[in-house]
Amino acid sequence: MTDVPHTQQYEAELGDYFALLKPRVMQLVVFTALVGMLAAPQSVHPVIGFASILFIAIGAGASGALNMWWDADIDAVMRRTAKRPIPAGKVEPREALYLGVALSGLSVMMLGLSANLLAAFMLAFTIFFYLVIYSMWLKRLTPQNIVIGGAAGAFPPVIGWIVATGSFSVEAWLMFALIFMWTPPHFWALALFMRSDYDDADVPMLTVAHGRPATRRHILIYTVLLVVLAIGTGFTAVGGYVYLTTAVILNAMFLLGAYRIWQRDEDDAEGDNYAVERKFFRLSLYYLFLHFGAILVEATLRGWGLTGGGVS
Amino acid sequence: MSLNKEHEIHNRRRGRNTGVGLMLGGFVVLILALTYVKITQTDFSNAPVNAGTSEVSD
Repeated sequence: MTDVPHTQQYEAELGDYFALLKPRVMQLVVFTALVGMLAAPQSVHPVIGFASILFIAIGAGASGALNMWWDADIDAVMRRTAKRPIPAGKVEPREALYLGVALSGLSVMMLGLSANLLAAFMLAFTIFFYLVIYSMWLKRLTPQNIVIGGAAGAFPPVIGWIVATGSFSVEAWLMFALIFMWTPPHFWALALFMRSDYDDADVPMLTVAHGRPATRRHILIYTVLLVVLAIGTGFTAVGGYVYLTTAVILNAMFLLGAYRIWQRDEDDAEGDNYAVERKFFRLSLYYLFLHFGAILVEATLRGWGLTGGGVS
Repeated sequence: MSLNKEHEIHNRRRGRNTGVGLMLGGFVVLILALTYVKITQTDFSNAPVNAGTSEVSD
């Protein structure tokens, strides 16, 4: 080697590598996978449960690192992502790739050992889906990127359920569907008020490809579908009175927010700096957290024998 | 400039190494706990009596 690497001006801290794992996404993954595991009819030994959730979280983090490696070029031009470790020059892309591959292998192998092979397979599939199907293929190709890519974020409760039961079930797929249907309105609201970010990065978000009025219409359509699904879940085995009450209140608020977004045009939105869109986005975070919280409460009540599950 | 002077980069490396060390230690403890739980939870009463002994019978 004759050339001295010029990049070693900054030596990464542990926290920079941790940031590659998208800790905020990991929080959601940990919570939804935990709910999936605890809502299942079979109980899991606390040590096995803890280890399995940890390995699911590491797998999710690994896919985050691989996503940052692949998307470093567009992250650099978007305001929201420009401070991520790679575009900020704190970590080299190659390091993110190696970390992602190593943690993917470790997490899948260890989940196979701590829980079961089906859970490990589903974790591997989730990483593959997020990296190859979403990041490499769909994200830069179609405005439906978020719709199909949302599946990657929806798998954790299914994996949690499989950790406990070793098999798939309708209830697990209902939890999957809840996140899957929630993802598009959540991200499209973000795309509305992050304005030029996706335009600058040439990512064909709905706002860029079909325009803002179409995005507002899509948010309302997906929210209506989500409302039907979320309230319908209340009448299944994972639901109950607590869940149903929570779902009715949250979905009424969410639907009202989507309706308001649909009614507005860009002039209205610019007039109040996208207040309605920002509020809807914030509400969407509580929406998912509280729905899964309610499923967890129902599971706990069933565990204490206080409810039979379901409302019917 | 003294050769022993501690550079900010040394602190950063120390922090990183300590972090990795703690994580590896935690991983070892976790594997130990998992192994213990797996062994104590598994029902070995139905395991074949001669399992693993045929090769060394002579």
